[in-house]
Parts: sequence; C-alpha cells; structure tokens
Amino acid sequence: MSTPMTIMRLIKRIRITPTLYILFLMVPLYWLLTMALKTNAEILGGFSLWPANPTLANFKTILTDPSWYGGYINSTIYVALNTVISLVVALPAAYAFSRYRFMGDKHLFFWLLSNRMAPPAVFVLPFFQLYSSIGLFDTHIAVALAHTLFNVPLAVWILEGFMSGIPKEIDETAQIDGYSFSAFFTRIFMPLIGSGIGVAAFFCFMFSWVELLIARTLTSVDAKPIAAVMTRTVSASGLDWGVLAAAGVLTIVPGAIVIWFVRNHIAKGFALGRV
Amino acid sequence: MMQKKLNQKAWFLVLPVFLLVAFSAVLPLMTVVNYSVQDSFGNNEFYWVGAEWFEEILNSSRFHDALGRQLLFSGIILAIEVPLGIWIALSMPKKGWGASLCLVLMALPLLIPWNVVGTIWQIFARADIGLLGHTLAAMGIDYNYTQNATAAWVTVIIMDVWHWTSLVVLLCYAGLSSIPDAFYQAAKIDGASRWAVFRFIQFPKMQRVLLIAVLLRFMDSFMIYTEPFVVTGGGPGNSTTFLSIDLVKMAIGQFDLGPAAAFSLIYFLIVLLLSWVFYTVMTARDAEAGQ
Repeated sequence: MSTPMTIMRLIKRIRITPTLYILFLMVPLYWLLTMALKTNAEILGGFSLWPANPTLANFKTILTDPSWYGGYINSTIYVALNTVISLVVALPAAYAFSRYRFMGDKHLFFWLLSNRMAPPAVFVLPFFQLYSSIGLFDTHIAVALAHTLFNVPLAVWILEGFMSGIPKEIDETAQIDGYSFSAFFTRIFMPLIGSGIGVAAFFCFMFSWVELLIARTLTSVDAKPIAAVMTRTVSASGLDWGVLAAAGVLTIVPGAIVIWFVRNHIAKGFALGRV
Repeated sequence: MMQKKLNQKAWFLVLPVFLLVAFSAVLPLMTVVNYSVQDSFGNNEFYWVGAEWFEEILNSSRFHDALGRQLLFSGIILAIEVPLGIWIALSMPKKGWGASLCLVLMALPLLIPWNVVGTIWQIFARADIGLLGHTLAAMGIDYNYTQNATAAWVTVIIMDVWHWTSLVVLLCYAGLSSIPDAFYQAAKIDGASRWAVFRFIQFPKMQRVLLIAVLLRFMDSFMIYTEPFVVTGGGPGNSTTFLSIDLVKMAIGQFDLGPAAAFSLIYFLIVLLLSWVFYTVMTARDAEAGQ
C-alpha cells in the first residue's frame, strides 16, 4: 500500500468533532506552557506564538525556592491523608449500603449526598473557627478532615456503585466456607472491587487536589497549599507571569500521571459507578 | 434487582462515616445557625435577634442580584455543556487506543486546580499577553474582560465550558459504551435512521447518566467560586459576583457574621431543595428501571 493512501485512510479515521474539541482544550494549555518557557521580559516585551529562547529558569525558581516547592509538598500530604481517611471510612459504609437495608438508610444516603452538594463557601468561616478552637489550624490533618466533607460522600457513592455489581452469592459462599467477615472483606471482597477502590481513590485525590477555598482558609504557613502560594504571588507582585505559568504547569502534572492509570474506569467513576 | 437483607447491625459499618461527616458538616452548620439568629457588639457578647438577618437578606437587592446572576450563569452553562457533551460523546471512537487517548486528553481540564484554571484563562484572555485577547484585538474586536461586563461574562462562560464539558462527555460515553453491539446491528437490519438510533437506542441508555451530569453540573456551577474569582474578582463592578463570591466577601471581607450566616443557610437550603428534587427523580427512575 502506498504511503499517501495510508495517510488518507488515517485522516478519514480521525473524527472531526472530538478533534476540534480536544484542540479547543489544548490551546489554552499550550499557551500556559509557552509562558512557562519564556522569561518575564519576553512575555511583556512583545507577542510571539512560541518562545524565542526557551528557558527552564522559571521551573528552576520553583524547584529551588522552599516557599514554592513547600506548597507542593503540603498539598501532597493533605491530599494523601484525605484519600486514606476517606477510603477507610467509606469502604465499610458502602458495603452496608450495597448489601443491607437498615433503619434510616435512604435518609442517610441522601444526607451524605447533600454534603457533596454543600457550597464550600458556606463552610469557610465555621471550619476556620472549628479547627482553630481545637488547635488544628494550619495543619495538614485539618485540611484533610475538612475535605472529607465532600470526598467521603463521593467515595461512598462510587464504591457502592461498584459493590452492587458484585453478586451477593460470593458473600454467602465465603460465609459457608467459614471466612470471618473481616477476612472475607479484606482477602476476597476488596480485590474483587479493586478497580472501584482505584477509581474512588482517584476521585478523592482529584477533588482534594483542585480545591482551594477551604484549603487556603485553614492554613497560613506550615501547611499552605500550592494553590494558595500561587494566588498570593498574583496579589503581591502581579507581574511574574513566567513563574506563575510554570507553577501552573507543575500542578497539572500529577493529575495527568494518575489519570493514565484509571483511564479505562474513569468514565464509570464519573458516573458514580452507576452505569 | 438485587434483594437486600434487613440488618440493623449494618449501622456499625456506617458509623465511622456518620461520625466523621457529623463532625465536619453538622458541627460547622450549628455554628452558622447560631450566628444567624444573633447579633454581637464584639467582645463575644451575643444577643438574640430572631429572624432579623433572614428578613434582611431575603429583602436585600444585593442577594437578589447575586441569585439572579447565579441562576443565569448556571442556566447558560447547562444549555451549552449538555448538548455539546452529548454531541461529542456520540462522535467519539467507541473503543481502541483512540478512545483511550480521547478520554485522557478530555479529562485533563477536570484535574487542574481551580485557581490554575482561572490563571490559565487570565493569561489566555489578556489583551496584552494572551493568545485569545491578542487575536481578538488584532481582529479589531474591543474585548477587555476587566472593564466590559459582557466580555467578562463571555470569558467566564467559555472558561466553564472549557473546564467542565468533558464531565458531560465522559458520563455520556460511559452510558453509550454500555449498549451492546447487537442493538446497533438490529437497528441496521431494520433500516433505522441515524435519528431513530439516537432517539430509541442511545438516548434511553444515556438518560440515567445524563441526569447525573445535569445534577453535578448544576450543583457545581451553583457553588462556583475560585475560577471567576481569579479571572474577574467578581467584577467589573459586581457583574460576575456569584453567590459564593458574594458570601465570602460578606463573611471574610466585611465580617458581617449574622447576615453572612443567614445568607449561608438560605443558600444551602436552595441547594438542598434542588438536590432533593434531582435525587427523587433519579431514584424514581432507578426504581422504574428495576421493575
């Protein structure tokens, strides 16, 4: 087969609508990346579609300045804490919702959902007072606990969806075979819903990673998230676009990496396990 | 439909979640309720004012305006994102590496911290350094989102479409990929039109996930704060001051605790009412599907 023919066939196979849409998504990201590779003088000096002298100086600034890279470390710590806490409490609860009827189950489920829907702005001030009064202000655990407000309901929902897809007969067979509940749950059941746990962890990571309002309010120095470091730079100088863009690029990297691992389940996860 | 056993001991499994959410949701809400019915002269001296703050907020034009802007914003982004999302999901490759690549690239904006989304669009739309702003200026279009309310609205809406349409796409894709190939083959044998395939095969399968999409998009757009705050700061004037921005301004900027608390509760009740309606519709459909 001749090469032009192959190319023609390839072009025919590319679909126009998704391609245009992805292009629309990528152009602002491309712009952020070019900004990150320019010096501030070049950004403000004139307009160019790509950097004349690509430089990694902006990235170097971030990776060598503790007030910058400390933000990434703080964010990673509270996001990881939040993911672990959310999954540990959500797993048994999701099992209960998927297997049993009990007093007030429907009300409880809706109550959980309502917390996912609660505007974070409503909680900003009370959270600040609550965590200050128990001496947890400006700690990673405070942000991790505060983010459970929307991540625990989400994890329960997603896990419940995945668990309902596992036939009940498995539980019963394990019981007949003499497994205790905890042995059955950790050794048989959890591996079966492995992809569901992965997806739930991914969503906990994601929503804790992208949230700013609560994380910023509950921290000042020691646990300040990268997102807050960025906003303060904007208001303080409002000038260093190159470093700001580089910091932005670096916040996208973790998400881009983890998304690759859950790509086959992500659609189901966004449907809260309900497809 | 799986038959569930009645087991009151299941409460023990739910207890950790119950306690944790009670701590992080109920306790703070009690504080809000407490503030909403009291006034203070400082020095931690509070006295009872009853429903005064609620009356003040419900009658204030500031709240009405913010609520109006909020409803308009949520309405516009739903009207754009839902049909666009369906259309893109329908034209996506169904399997293979093309589908994986599409999913990963499309999901990318969803994983960007919200303030970075704001920063990206700020950089992209500025007339002096931004690709979009510069291009529009070169075309002779007067576009300045920091001074012109229309331009600010257009920027915030395009930003939201950029940020969240993929959620609708992913949900619809999930619904579509649960349709067995046999359905399409049967439709082909019957000589069904493209519209008939959509109307009688694809749409019914998508209905459930679409409801989730509308629910999530409505709720999340209704509490939007960070992205417009970074780009426009609620301005020019108050033209993009949505409910959350207004509330934070009131609570933290002006420290008007009483009115802010009343505002919070009214805001939360609106969201709660709407999510209850959605939830009821959703579970009613689930029950129908189960029979």
